[in-house]
Amino acid sequence: MIDLRDLYQEVILDHNKRPRNFGQLAAPDRTSEGFNPLCGDKLTLQLTLDGDVIRDVAFDGSGCAISKASASLMTESIKGKTIGEVRELFVKFQDMVMSDTETVPDTDALGKLVVFAGVRAYPARVKCAVLAWHTLRAAVETSGGTVATE
Amino acid sequence: MTQAFAAARREKTQFDVERVRRDFPILGRDVRGRPLVYLDNAATTQKPRAVLDALTRHYTESNANIHRGVHYLSETATQAHEAARATMQRFFNAREAREVIFTRNATEGINLVAQTFGRTQVGEGDEIVITGMEHHSNIVPWQMLREQTGATLRVAPITDDGELEWDALERLVGSRTKLVAVVHLSNSLGTVNPVRRVVELAHAHGAAVLIDGAQAAYHFPVDVQALDCDFYVATGHKLYGPTGIGVLYGKAERLEAMPPYQGGGDMISSVTFEKTTYNALPYKFEAGTPHIAGAIGLAAAVDYLTGLGLDQVAAHERGLLAYGTEALHQVPGVRLIGTASEKASILSFVMEGVHPHDIGTIVDQEGVAIRTGHHCTQPVMDRFGIPATARASLAMYNTRDDIDALIRALDLARGVFA
Repeated sequence: MIDLRDLYQEVILDHNKRPRNFGQLAAPDRTSEGFNPLCGDKLTLQLTLDGDVIRDVAFDGSGCAISKASASLMTESIKGKTIGEVRELFVKFQDMVMSDTETVPDTDALGKLVVFAGVRAYPARVKCAVLAWHTLRAAVETSGGTVATE
Repeated sequence: MTQAFAAARREKTQFDVERVRRDFPILGRDVRGRPLVYLDNAATTQKPRAVLDALTRHYTESNANIHRGVHYLSETATQAHEAARATMQRFFNAREAREVIFTRNATEGINLVAQTFGRTQVGEGDEIVITGMEHHSNIVPWQMLREQTGATLRVAPITDDGELEWDALERLVGSRTKLVAVVHLSNSLGTVNPVRRVVELAHAHGAAVLIDGAQAAYHFPVDVQALDCDFYVATGHKLYGPTGIGVLYGKAERLEAMPPYQGGGDMISSVTFEKTTYNALPYKFEAGTPHIAGAIGLAAAVDYLTGLGLDQVAAHERGLLAYGTEALHQVPGVRLIGTASEKASILSFVMEGVHPHDIGTIVDQEGVAIRTGHHCTQPVMDRFGIPATARASLAMYNTRDDIDALIRALDLARGVFA
């Protein structure tokens, strides 16, 4: 039997309960919305940019523990990074959650985000983990807008 | 009355759930190392051996295309297909077999009515009335019709218990109303609507009524003549039958007046490049080769269900609903969504501090299959100010043990998020 603790790790439960960077920014440069039509998860992401460096970030919305914790940990890990670095991190994160459970995640690049490796055993939950990242991509690649994951 | 006779009689009238369970092969399997506890019946029901056997028999002994062959197999398959129609006619107590149109599912039945009855009978300024608890499949086809015709869509609100606000509905239905489309049994709330009263109200204003019976027909007997509805849609896979087959009932005079839905083979009586004459009912609405095996499988399901007795099934499920409602009330932090006085065995709920999606994943680890999400009723979720619910939907083969397993699994979920 798969151990539920592999999915609901302490870090995830903690970020679900006390999400970081939760709320709204006073003067965001970019705002985007993410929506998971299957579960009803909704997420608003706001950024301020300094050139191509993400100076500040905040998120708001409602969702399951996985999507909320993923958004929370994402905001922590992208603050101060350039858009190029964030783009690379997005790819690494997506590769991890889409890979099979045998693949060893790139811990150096992903840091704390490796707690989401447990999602790989729950294919139906992958979209919960990536919702915040798709929303982030919409915010940095375009001037915002709405994204939906299915 | 002798004792033996009384015992035999009791035997006959009592619902033997363990015997029923043995008729469903899938219920014997394990999921994630635990016995399957299947509580997602509002999404689809499992299939009894009678249905699986009917499908196998059709494909191994009688497979051929219907309505066109002169050979033996084609005649056999045609007879079986039309016998299936007669079975569905009896099941819904339609006056005639030609009032039963085979569709892919309930959704297709509603779209058929919207695009045929709707396109010809509903015009600009006319009104279609639905309720606040409709499934997306009984909302979107009417929105599409609204775009096409300039008609107005009006929505009767629902109460905090998930019941139809009757006074509001009465105010909405009037001389401009062409059609009232209402769900018989709400898939996300479990509410059973007073559809007979809705029909009386609508007919008093000259409006037709379509009842979405996708969830209803496997919980209790449905009599379309007693309801006097103009249209009734149902789907086979929730009736313990195969996927891909459904039924649209329509009053013959309504169906006669409607243009065909799709063009093709079987729905015509003659074709030249200049002019095509359409076939009679029900074939006018059944273009192309239909889901022959599906119809035969559905009839087998309905025969099986009728053999058990839908009244007995309903009584068994009422017991489960009462037990499940009480059990969920005992779980700390659980709130039921949908507490109508007339309900069927659907238990939608939210749990403080645990998102429905997480509930779904955790109880699944215990072999308990429930549905989480908006259940294709986003307006219902908005009405209750929630993004989603967890939903345990019970069918005739469920037991109190199944509910106990759910409650134990919910305790586990609370433990994870404590």
